Amino acid sequence: MSKPILEIKNLSAGVEDKQILKGVSLTVGAGEVHAVMGPNGSGKSTLAAVLAGRAGYDVTGGEVHYNGHDLLDLAPEERAREGLFLAFQYPVEIPGVNSTYFLKAALNEIRKAQGQPELDAMEFLQLVRDKIKLLDLNEDLLKRSVNEGFSGGEKKRAEIFQMAVLEPKLAILDETDSGLDIDALKVVSSGVNKLKRADNAQLVITHYQRLLNYIIPDFVHVLVDGRIVRTGGKELALELEEKGYDWILKAEAVAA
Amino acid sequence: MPTATDTIENLVKQEYKYGFYTDVETESAPPGLSEDIIRLISTKKQEPGWLTDWRLKAYRHWLTMTEPAWQKVHHGQINYQDITYYSAPKQKSGGPKGLDEVDPKLLETYEKLGIPLKERERLAGVAVDAVFDSVSVGTTFQKQLAEKGIIFCSMSEAVQKHPDLVKKYLGMVVPYTDNFFAALNSAVFTDGSFCYIPRGVRCPMELSTYFRINAAKSGQFERTLIIADDGAQVSYLEGCTAPMRDENQLHAAVVELIALDNAQIKYSTVQNWYPGDEQGRGGIYNFVTKRGLCKGRNSKICWTQVETGSAITWKYPSCVLLGDNSKGEFYSVAVVNNFQQADTGTKMTHIGRNTRSTIVSKGISAGRGQNSYRGLVKIQKSAANARNFSQCDSMLIGDKCGAHTFPYIEVKNTSSSVEHEATTSKIGEDQIFYCNQRGLSTQDAVNMIVNGFCKEVFKELPMEFAVEAQKLLGVSLEGSVG
Repeated sequence: MSKPILEIKNLSAGVEDKQILKGVSLTVGAGEVHAVMGPNGSGKSTLAAVLAGRAGYDVTGGEVHYNGHDLLDLAPEERAREGLFLAFQYPVEIPGVNSTYFLKAALNEIRKAQGQPELDAMEFLQLVRDKIKLLDLNEDLLKRSVNEGFSGGEKKRAEIFQMAVLEPKLAILDETDSGLDIDALKVVSSGVNKLKRADNAQLVITHYQRLLNYIIPDFVHVLVDGRIVRTGGKELALELEEKGYDWILKAEAVAA
Repeated sequence: MPTATDTIENLVKQEYKYGFYTDVETESAPPGLSEDIIRLISTKKQEPGWLTDWRLKAYRHWLTMTEPAWQKVHHGQINYQDITYYSAPKQKSGGPKGLDEVDPKLLETYEKLGIPLKERERLAGVAVDAVFDSVSVGTTFQKQLAEKGIIFCSMSEAVQKHPDLVKKYLGMVVPYTDNFFAALNSAVFTDGSFCYIPRGVRCPMELSTYFRINAAKSGQFERTLIIADDGAQVSYLEGCTAPMRDENQLHAAVVELIALDNAQIKYSTVQNWYPGDEQGRGGIYNFVTKRGLCKGRNSKICWTQVETGSAITWKYPSCVLLGDNSKGEFYSVAVVNNFQQADTGTKMTHIGRNTRSTIVSKGISAGRGQNSYRGLVKIQKSAANARNFSQCDSMLIGDKCGAHTFPYIEVKNTSSSVEHEATTSKIGEDQIFYCNQRGLSTQDAVNMIVNGFCKEVFKELPMEFAVEAQKLLGVSLEGSVG
């Protein structure tokens, strides 16, 4: 087996004095899709935030190895340049900053860090056109300011579009399905599926099973109260859907 | 781990690049203000009697006035007897005949500032009048402009060569009785730019004045007068810098614009006077009166300003919309950091029928900076169907700075409409993190966010200036794609 892309060992983290992650371990190999499911408040979004390096979270224990680096040692932009991408649950608006310009700047930062030549305006435009076709997106979004005035669905599509352009090694999708109607959900998941390759990986964080009808995970992890309490194949998601999170909580209590 | 806010605060602490001093021999009047000093200035400039009298009248009027105190800025008492009112680089007998004879040290100074004056290296498409302390050291492209009948020269030269025009228009828009600093300026102004665009001529290049204060303890009191005759069009740029000094220096300029029938004047400023240090020591007091008169029908005056420098900026580039269907526009970005203070905005006075005005003001406050927008929209009884739209947005960086908005509206005609919008936002850690997560450094993120915030104003600037303005804000170029 090749070296995993992401290796989380016994990670504990929290905000101020509140412990949220209480020893999470998770290994993601190349070509794999992992789903992290859990009830509200279980620490799903905290996991995403800590991996991406958001300020305000204290890591109190454990280690995270990513692509040969000690991930927790890297600044957020360094993680991004190393190919870690977070599709935000709530993408922010940046008024007055053109989406295309923003994305070109981001891509060139990443290319620079990886020793590749920067793309000029024409090359970038060509790339953007190709990716737009791939995702069946409306080109108008690119002429607007970053996320400004976008509907919830447009914001999520734009996130996946950015992911398509930046071609991350590890994509973390933080509740990308929340607030999407079924059509948007299909568009977004088909985009994600098209971006799957043998040398990259996806960590899909979700509350509901329905996203996993479209994005088929290789592994499903159930996160409850800051711990991964169960790991299984895609059938675990269906079981959860049927029986609810209570079922797994009770099962855990019995096992303990 | 430092928070994003700390990082932002470090980033906006950029050093002032233009703080050097040029060692040239100068000829200065003794400090202090009196009728004798005014006569001395007038004599030095070989002015006609009417102008000397005008200066003296202004001085006598100034003596009866008191410094205004309504603005939201704080500064120590200014001792007007401490200021040197005339300081000029010493010239060989008779003065330079052309730019070739200008002291190389002066040319070098402007080169360092990015304003080459020498024939070969001139900025393409921009004619520059370079003002050093109290005098103009040279004006480029004069010949090419003269072929179209355009007069572009220093005020001193205009007084000698075009006295009728100067006499007719000087003080028409800003009379010496207007305010304390305008009166002071009228008494002691030393130079500035003069520009006349004849009937029907569209000025083929940008005209520009670059102001540099060099001498210590001197004030700069320049006077700019721009006249666009019927159907004429001109775009004018103003830039300014000063050495770093611990004491404050006063800059009290007057700019008058006059647009006749169907004429258009676009006046853009990138103001980068020395802002003082991090503790708030030193810096320029920039107390300026700028006003344009849309005298003719269908005339238009547009002010665009990017104010990043000065310890205190206090100015209201305004428009008097006298001609029917005339238009006034004001686009402003004002940035304050450390202990800088800005009280800036505009006055739009609607007198003619169907007059229109637009105000877009963007204030950015960082450090302990205090930024105030102050604007007056006045619609007189005669201004049927007048319209105004005002938008004032403020952005706060950090939590020790302030943003204030003082909009005044006076409407005396019921057929008019006035709209005012205002917003205040904080540069968000969420926005920074979002950019970081896409691979952008915090510096680039801040630049991008601030640049986006100012976009509506930057797009009003002439291209060369827009680039400079963005750099000034530490902003990388935007809009190259899409």
